[in-house]
Amino acid sequence: MAYASALHCRECGKEYPIAPIHVCEWCFGPLEITYDYDAIKGVISREKIKDGPLTMWRYADLLPVDDKNAVDIGTGMTPLLKADNLGRELGIDNLWIKNDAVNPTYSFKDRVVSIAATKALEFGFDTLACASTGNLAGSVAAHGAKANMRTLVFIPSDLERGKVVGAAIYGPTVVAVDGNYDDVNRLCSELADNNQNWAFVNINMRPYYSEGSKTLGYEVVEQLGWKAPDHAVVPIASGSLFTKIWKGMNEFASLGLIDDVRTKMHGAQADGCSPVAQAFADEQLHVKPVVPNTIAKSLAIGNPADAYYTLKIAQEAEGSTVGSTADPAIVEGIKLLAQTEGIFTETAGGVVISNLKQLAASGRFQKGESVVAFITGNGLKTIEAVEHEAKPVNIKATMSSFEELVTVPTKDKSKVGS
Amino acid sequence: MAIRRVRLTFEGVQITDPVIYLIGKDFEIITNIRRAEVHADVGWVVLELDGAEAEIDLALAWAAGKGVRVDPIAGDVIEG
Repeated sequence: MAYASALHCRECGKEYPIAPIHVCEWCFGPLEITYDYDAIKGVISREKIKDGPLTMWRYADLLPVDDKNAVDIGTGMTPLLKADNLGRELGIDNLWIKNDAVNPTYSFKDRVVSIAATKALEFGFDTLACASTGNLAGSVAAHGAKANMRTLVFIPSDLERGKVVGAAIYGPTVVAVDGNYDDVNRLCSELADNNQNWAFVNINMRPYYSEGSKTLGYEVVEQLGWKAPDHAVVPIASGSLFTKIWKGMNEFASLGLIDDVRTKMHGAQADGCSPVAQAFADEQLHVKPVVPNTIAKSLAIGNPADAYYTLKIAQEAEGSTVGSTADPAIVEGIKLLAQTEGIFTETAGGVVISNLKQLAASGRFQKGESVVAFITGNGLKTIEAVEHEAKPVNIKATMSSFEELVTVPTKDKSKVGS
Repeated sequence: MAIRRVRLTFEGVQITDPVIYLIGKDFEIITNIRRAEVHADVGWVVLELDGAEAEIDLALAWAAGKGVRVDPIAGDVIEG
């Protein structure tokens, strides 16, 4: 049963009935879900959650859809792994990796799209759509297939072949749009306005869609033994993920499931697209839009929709930060995570690890404090960023060629298995 | 006739230009400001434009040509 009772404007507070809308007609502010928290308080408990499915749907009471008809491809309850090797490298003694790259389409987007697709069916839509440069396209295509919906995915025409295939395999109509990022953005916004019988997951479904990210916050809290972490390092694209992880943890606290949240939230961006980090450094709450130029394409949003709310949290939650790192450091971050923890992440994860390293070096983490780094996508999605790292030694199929050309590295035996 | 909702972002000296006044004066468009915030070096305005589709395109292209950033009110809708 859904406990979402209405929508309200995040700016002026005006209320609207539950409907496929995303903007306040009065002030054009973004809409957010209103929940009946008193009713939720009466039904939710740690035990009920523990007895739920081993997916994000164990938190159905706090989601704006009816889980009985969930479009579920097995998303959520991804591993929270103690990262001792990486922690040793960076000087963090209580480091955890939330590996959300193991979702069905290999990114956290499955959480938000699962909610959007479910709500779209509740509203009676038969068409699911999105505009994407990668992860979202694959997730929308997969959920559209599962829900047997007509699915349209709009992509820039110069998108890498692997990403096109990653969406096309599920059978959507893939529309490759000529033009620069702004042109594609504008077209998709107009398409959404002109095709209101389509469920555009991150436009008219946005208030519902974005709530899916809360489940990342819930899971981390549950996996840490019903405790919010002391620090969370989260990649920032639109800023929605950052705000919803924070919201999810605070909902648990206000429902009495955990103690007060004192998490220091650390937003991570790439230098080549860092409007939120820049505004944070300038102590502003509004960003100056930028033209992205970074290898971290999944974070390349130059005018982030939720920047204001991200900055509010970062400025109000004491000890929080928003930082950025350069592209070479992002590649190093990808390598470091792979070579210490065996987790291959995409460039957004490289942004998280390189920012984590920067935070550790600046002494942000005290001994014993729990630090959770959110890894949101799989490395196979951005092979082009690290393909220069693959340098195999070519040999002939003879023992002499092997002995001549291959130097087997030495390894400190005492460290093997540790 | 069409209605379009946009967010204009001004930086630096653009803040002193009467861009919205000129959109209403030089183009056949009714402008209706819904929200705005202006600081010393940056400002933004969320507004509704009411007019012929082609005239709105012309007006926004003119504003963009003056260095004003024009975005849909939903911000960037392309996601990674």
